[in-house]
Amino acid sequence: MSGVRVLVGTRKGAFVLSSDGKREQWDVSGPHFAGWEIYHLKGSPADQDRLYASQTSGWFGQVIQRSDDGGVTWEPVGNEFSYQGEAGTHQWYDGTPHPWEFARVWHLEPSLDDPDTVYAGAEDAGLFLSADGGRQWQELPGLRGHKSGPSWQPGAGGMCLHTIILDPSRPGRIFAAISAAGAFRSDDAGETWQPVNRGLRSEGIPDPAAEVGHCVHRLAMHPSQPSVLYMQKHWDVMRSDDAGESWREVSGNLPTDFGFPIDVHAHEPETIYVVPITSDSHHFPPEGKLRVYRSRTGGDEWEPLTKGLPQEHCYVNVLRDAMAVDSLDSCGIYFGTTGGQVYASPDAGDSWAPIVRDLPAVLSVEVQTLP
Amino acid sequence: MTGDGDVIRVALPAHLRTLARVDGEVELKVAGEVTQCSVLDALESRYPMLRGTIRDKQTGKRRAFIRFFACEQDLSHDQPDALLPGAVAAGAEPYLIVGAMAGG
Repeated sequence: MSGVRVLVGTRKGAFVLSSDGKREQWDVSGPHFAGWEIYHLKGSPADQDRLYASQTSGWFGQVIQRSDDGGVTWEPVGNEFSYQGEAGTHQWYDGTPHPWEFARVWHLEPSLDDPDTVYAGAEDAGLFLSADGGRQWQELPGLRGHKSGPSWQPGAGGMCLHTIILDPSRPGRIFAAISAAGAFRSDDAGETWQPVNRGLRSEGIPDPAAEVGHCVHRLAMHPSQPSVLYMQKHWDVMRSDDAGESWREVSGNLPTDFGFPIDVHAHEPETIYVVPITSDSHHFPPEGKLRVYRSRTGGDEWEPLTKGLPQEHCYVNVLRDAMAVDSLDSCGIYFGTTGGQVYASPDAGDSWAPIVRDLPAVLSVEVQTLP
Repeated sequence: MTGDGDVIRVALPAHLRTLARVDGEVELKVAGEVTQCSVLDALESRYPMLRGTIRDKQTGKRRAFIRFFACEQDLSHDQPDALLPGAVAAGAEPYLIVGAMAGG
């Protein structure tokens, strides 16, 4: 019987939530790596038992963990992330040049077809690749070395490369997003990169329509429609129909267009989900009501999804990597909150129920659909 | 002070004991002079998963929130090649690797 495995990274460890295809009864395992920040964990699309996890600590630094049995046991693999060549500088918060320094891995993106190949997005922003199951990591320096690199600045959470999307229809095409530099695309497997931010407007930077400098929070793509990208920017929900060459705003009737995650329905490439957050100075939902908004039209027209979600006194946040979808029929939607809840909807967002309520603050949620 | 074949006792913080999958103190043989550097080299050689968690991999420097204590002394700011106290080299006292009290 089919099932799902929800991989949850939190401030104090990782949790694996498992259920059958009904998604009503859940088995909870964890905490794995108790006490450590688990920024992200994700399974290989080519091998459901191969998982990678980014384990970090202000005391002990970066560890990458690998599982070959679906998260039951784990093995520490390579943790050497060296910027290639001259590290160079980016702008610091005060505008002065600041040397690139590795802090942590925010996001791990396994290859679509090789379990041993995995990409890592780092803070300070850099893209790394391992072709041996995480034992050794090599930077793909073309991104950090883009001519605009010295002008990049960190967002409030650090200068992180948080989104990596591999185009399933065009080998070698990779999208990446950096806070606060913007979105970038490579068409040659990460050798060279171009900013893809035309159409974005950010009032918080000197030139609102600058080529780089935008605080992109998250990108999403449906594999059947890889030239269509969706973006939750700091403010504004955006859409591109030409692989990032141009963007238009699709915030429409959202109560606020600030937020962090954005995701796409597994079977409906024009059905997308966001979680509106009041503002960048109020990292909680408007009116204390936790509402996922769904658009069935690829943006512009949005409906609130509230059944089963708290509609009063709710002041949690939902972070950028903390939403995911399964590919069962009907599509399941999942998200985790900074209050430690992980909510699941087995009916594409129509109704919700918490799988767990009291985890540490959730940093990331990924889902594996099991045969 | 050389190890003279004595066993060096190293106490790790709890998170690193978990990572290295050890209980209690670690016992190491250190060839030659017993310094912070030679003890940490021996530790990382035996437990490669600890590389980068105590010393920065690129610079070899102590991570900011790690402290080294022994014989009721703070050795954190000593030179890496300074000799450790004789009681540590002789295995009478442990070399303590400590996660600094920080974070509120």
